[in-house]
Amino acid sequence: MEELLQFSAKKKITFSFLIFAFLIFCFLILNKALNEDKIYSPKLEKNKNSYLPDFNLPQLFSPDQVLLSEIVKQKDFSLVNIWASWCIPCREENDLLKSLSNINSLQNIGINYKDKKKNSIKFLQDYGNPFNHNLVDYNGTESINLGAYGVPETFLINKNRKILLKIIGPINNNHIKQITKIING
Amino acid sequence: MAKKKILILILLLINIFGNCYSENKPYSKLENDISKNLRCLICQGQSIYDSNSEFALSMRVYIRDQIDSGYSESQIYNMLVKKYGQWIVYDPGYSKKTFLLWFIPLLFFLLGGAIIYLRIYKSRKL
Repeated sequence: MEELLQFSAKKKITFSFLIFAFLIFCFLILNKALNEDKIYSPKLEKNKNSYLPDFNLPQLFSPDQVLLSEIVKQKDFSLVNIWASWCIPCREENDLLKSLSNINSLQNIGINYKDKKKNSIKFLQDYGNPFNHNLVDYNGTESINLGAYGVPETFLINKNRKILLKIIGPINNNHIKQITKIING
Repeated sequence: MAKKKILILILLLINIFGNCYSENKPYSKLENDISKNLRCLICQGQSIYDSNSEFALSMRVYIRDQIDSGYSESQIYNMLVKKYGQWIVYDPGYSKKTFLLWFIPLLFFLLGGAIIYLRIYKSRKL
């Protein structure tokens, strides 16, 4: 009888150890999942799906529609930035975009996302206009066509609209380095 | 009489507010079905159907546009998968990357069945 009790105690210890190990395992998995980036984006493959679709959008400062492929031809590289006046990170990245407009072979194309015309013009007056071209995406469908998540989002493309770099969220100094590196070859 | 007037007034008020907040055009069943099968990428654990984020609202306009242009449900899913990756659809589909997801449960089922079968077979033999 005593032996049997001892045996069950031993079993109890191994059982509780197993539960403990299982809990640690769960905790580690949960911890890893929580630390992971929550934005899922397809990787830019070298040949597939890495071209921005062509689109027609109205301009902010004139009523004419403009074709992306027409504007892109003007410079070797274009930075397509999706922004809105109600988006706070967009204010912070505005200075960085301005610093990029000094580069000769690069032009900035701004797409105003789901915004009021009055507010967006005021934004550009208050913080400065870093864009060579200002386009308007009134209901956000064209941004979905581009495969964008929202604001701010930035694409670096070449003359053929090939995506060289895609930045989800605000751009920072590291991105600026990456952009200048790509432009300078 | 006064009661009736008040009642009519209340009904009118309800109607006015109803008109103010109603959508221009309610979503069709197909539109709702598609948006239920799409994950809202910027919200956690919500579908496009459940979410009211800017992304989801634009997506619903986009879905309507695509339906109006004559695309079928599966064509719309394919277009969005091309743009946003497999993560946007709730149904992972069959592919090289997901075959384990589909076949491991089946494999476990067969393995479990085999174990049970062998045990019963053995116990009968004994």
